[in-house]
Amino acid sequence: MSLLSIDVASAGYGPVTVLRDVALEIAAGGRLVVLGANGAGKTTLLRTISGLCRVEGSIRLDGRELTGMPTHRVAASGIAHVPQGRGTFGDLTVRENLLAGGSTRPRREAAADAAQWLERFPRLAERASRPASGLSGGEQQLLAIARAFMARPRVVLLDEPSLGLAPKITDEVFATLDEIGRETGTAMLVVEQNAELALGIAEEAVVIESGTITVRGSATELRDNDDVRRAYLGV
Amino acid sequence: MLLQQLVDGVATGAIYGALALAIVLVYRASRTLNFAQGELALLGAYVSWQLTAWGLPIWIALVISMLALGLLSAGIERVLIRPLVRRHQHLPLIIVTLGMMIALNALIGWIWTYQTKEVPALFGSGAVAVAGAAVSRQDIGIVLTVLAVAIVLAALFGFTRVGLRMRAAVAAPESAELSGISTGRTMAIGWGIAGAVGALAGTLIAPELFLHPGMMGPVLIYAFAAATLGGLDSPVGALVGGIAVGVIENLAGSYIPVVGSEVKQVVALVIIVAVLLLRPQGLFGRKELVRA
Repeated sequence: MSLLSIDVASAGYGPVTVLRDVALEIAAGGRLVVLGANGAGKTTLLRTISGLCRVEGSIRLDGRELTGMPTHRVAASGIAHVPQGRGTFGDLTVRENLLAGGSTRPRREAAADAAQWLERFPRLAERASRPASGLSGGEQQLLAIARAFMARPRVVLLDEPSLGLAPKITDEVFATLDEIGRETGTAMLVVEQNAELALGIAEEAVVIESGTITVRGSATELRDNDDVRRAYLGV
Repeated sequence: MLLQQLVDGVATGAIYGALALAIVLVYRASRTLNFAQGELALLGAYVSWQLTAWGLPIWIALVISMLALGLLSAGIERVLIRPLVRRHQHLPLIIVTLGMMIALNALIGWIWTYQTKEVPALFGSGAVAVAGAAVSRQDIGIVLTVLAVAIVLAALFGFTRVGLRMRAAVAAPESAELSGISTGRTMAIGWGIAGAVGALAGTLIAPELFLHPGMMGPVLIYAFAAATLGGLDSPVGALVGGIAVGVIENLAGSYIPVVGSEVKQVVALVIIVAVLLLRPQGLFGRKELVRA
């Protein structure tokens, strides 16, 4: 049985409908990448899961209906979301950012986990007591990812982790994601423009065009699909 | 004489600071100015007075009043404010707080009449000689009480999970929700603390000014000047701004002949205009980044 199942008839903002007839399944520990051009509805898909959009349809985590829940309850029930542009708490210190990510968990556990994340990322540890706003883009992205995992989620939604980062840093971010995902067995739903990298860490992939899914298959199949290659891999 | 003026200024300034702090807490929670903050503090002062009139000691009356106003303020946030904040209705929000100001004032006049009432001083009468100046016990008590509240709040924000959640919700509301933090709850807590701190300010200043329904009008103007000077999103700024405004007000009233005690309030307006022209974010506030 799948961990997260999405069956959305329509979703959007106010009177504007962005997504139509989108159905997706992610198994426990599975990895799905969503490809698509700017404005295709990728971000809306993630925001819909997190309860930030108007939605008709059903989104279930482990059989439990998420639609209609306020965003913080969706998060508390096991879905972490790394938003586009990282969304770190600029005024809070790096350590406080991590602790805020673990605010749904018992205090001691959260403190212990925060210490582990700082150990894992020495560059964050050096700046643990400074405001997060002083971090570079790559460091912010690592912090946002660590903050998401602080909640010990069952599924992590990642919205364009490569946005605004230098290629070398992007490689690092994806390698880290791959590693953490493997260690924790957390399912991931990654929205990405950098198809090459995203397909590299995913098992399954879909392409969204104009708010609806047009291509789906395994990551390898999509990598070999001529249309996908032309449109998203630039070859 | 000068020292005396300074001390008096610091004491009233501490009260302006407390009310400014309430304004800042609400601003941080809901990004709105609560024009009813003064009348909520007035209601707190009346509740304190009523309880003492029924025979309770003033300190117990103060604590009950702070709790009651805290709950009322959180309730106001939940029922009247949050629906408008969620729909980004900024102008209606301001109008609602203005409406509350007028309604609360009328309600208070209706319940307690427009006759002046005497609230017992919290710190007794008499004075202590400090460096040649006679400092009233009342002044010392006020400053220490506001200081204690400031320390408690600083500890709350700096060292507790509730405080961390509140600061996270202010820094990036959507990220806070995505991290499982209920921004609705943090907003209500912010309003609740503001209501309690306001009730404290009202009860502290009532013995100085005599309690009547028009009491908080001028105090609110000074508190807005203090919050503007300190920076609308800075709790520390509110307190520092309050003391600065209190001192400036007192000195200007005594040493600038034109100002006198009659037109002292102009000082507050001059401060507001000057800060907005020269340093809109205030002394401790963060500059708003506007992306074109």
